[in-house]
Amino acid sequence: MILSIASGKGGTGKTTVATNIALSLSQAQLIDCDVEEPNAHVFLPVTTNRSENVTISIPAIDETRCTHCGACSKFCAYNALAILPNKVLIFPELCHSCTGCALVCPVKAVQWKEKTIGTLEHGHTDNIDFYKGLLLVGEIQAIPVLKTLKTKIDPSKNVILDAPPGTACPMIETISASDYCILVAEPTPFGLHDLKLAVEVVHFLHIPFGVIINRDGMGDDAVETYCKKQNIPILLKIPHDEQIAKLYSKGVAFVQEMPEWKEQFTQLFTKIKQEVSS
Amino acid sequence: MKQLTIISGKGGTGKTSITAAFAALAQNAVFADCDVDAADLHLILKPTIKHTKIFSGLKLATIDDNRCTHCGLCKTHCVFQAIDEHIHVIKSSCEGCGVCAYVCPEQAITMQERESGYAYRSETRFGPLSHAVLKTAEEASGKLVTLVREQATAIAEQYQKDLILIDGPPGIGCPVISSITGVDMVLIVTEPTLSAIHDLKRILGVANHFQIPALVCINKYDINTENTNEIEVFCKKNNRDIVGKIPYDPIVTQAMIHEQAITEYQEHPVSDAITQMWHNILEKLQK
Repeated sequence: MILSIASGKGGTGKTTVATNIALSLSQAQLIDCDVEEPNAHVFLPVTTNRSENVTISIPAIDETRCTHCGACSKFCAYNALAILPNKVLIFPELCHSCTGCALVCPVKAVQWKEKTIGTLEHGHTDNIDFYKGLLLVGEIQAIPVLKTLKTKIDPSKNVILDAPPGTACPMIETISASDYCILVAEPTPFGLHDLKLAVEVVHFLHIPFGVIINRDGMGDDAVETYCKKQNIPILLKIPHDEQIAKLYSKGVAFVQEMPEWKEQFTQLFTKIKQEVSS
Repeated sequence: MKQLTIISGKGGTGKTSITAAFAALAQNAVFADCDVDAADLHLILKPTIKHTKIFSGLKLATIDDNRCTHCGLCKTHCVFQAIDEHIHVIKSSCEGCGVCAYVCPEQAITMQERESGYAYRSETRFGPLSHAVLKTAEEASGKLVTLVREQATAIAEQYQKDLILIDGPPGIGCPVISSITGVDMVLIVTEPTLSAIHDLKRILGVANHFQIPALVCINKYDINTENTNEIEVFCKKNNRDIVGKIPYDPIVTQAMIHEQAITEYQEHPVSDAITQMWHNILEKLQK
């Protein structure tokens, strides 16, 4: 089964939930899909090594062939090419690698070169097979890194995808690969507002889901009231607890120090697995 | 006119609460919420929308079933895997490049504008706000960020405002870079947790990459003083000013629940710390 952990709002506890579940199971594959700011490794006893580079293809113009007709620039939906009287300027950061420029070039002057925009890292603990993706600093395209990362998914394992915040393309790219999505929400007005946005996305993608309320007790009851009204299952409540917050700040997943929670996370995972397979 | 963007790398460190607190202190500013896919600033600023503009992001391939012969050429050429086995467009995957329309021998595919979201110009009790909503599962959030900033600049010019205060998104990718390019300064809100420290280093790398002066603020600095110390040492070593240290206090959440900026609460330690930080930032912006 592939389980994704997402939220809408940042900092609600996605990584906390993802790492604590992974550490509670006898075997799991944990993939940190927040390629912009990955943090899961902070909470795992794991050393990672670079396993591969992620590249995108960008156009390179063979100036000996190019007649500067402008067809490529005219076609490009992203304004990634500009034609000067005797040169073609390429803006790699705008390019989506659609190959349109090469298709429309009448003299086959568009070639491709690879540009590295990110890396994948791999490591493992006794029971966790761990991957993370890293977008290089200054690069803007998280999606190609995410797509490469998703090729590492091994569906025979208990797969946990730690999603990036937000509700835009990187979040959608992550959760669309999953059989079930846990939305982690914070019981505050910002938490509720962004949870509603995330719920719209999971509905749109037709992914079964439930909510975990993290830092329960820090704010108001509006998240719980909303979930009940919408018939959204509240899978678990993690209290607003000083010890949990302290452990988090030190990079410790709380099941490591509070083993009574392991049972809860294992049960939760088993229940979801049953729901998905039924 | 100056521009300041509040960013963090890690989500949930307090960007929006701090932006709202600054909004209550700013004398002559325009506000812009550039976290367009999970915008929250309006929950505190309570805007009255004055003007709505439809945002068309990427175009969408649309297949005319009457013309389509299911030859599959479009599917073969689509690098985004946005055409399924029934030769239907997967809306959430289409990036609007137009390659399918170009290769289609039957001219069955057209590229159409799609309504991806809305950009608003609004009034708030603290001043004008430019903000937006991205519709569910729409792309091009970077482009929408640019539109929100263009609107804010237009308002600032029209009303002779001297500052654009921008609430940025989490992360380091496309929408973040759109939120910080060309601004005078960024304020990075971090917290004393190992995760946030890790993310601070990456977002500082982004600011350096684009040569934007960066200030640092430690939110909830007293929840782990050892980590706060580590951040201070790191910033000193890298010549980054820490312009504020804000104590942890449940009143911040209470203010949010009451739809108030924390600086609307007079004489409170959190309020005082943010006010002091605001003056520190203004001083650095004027230099």
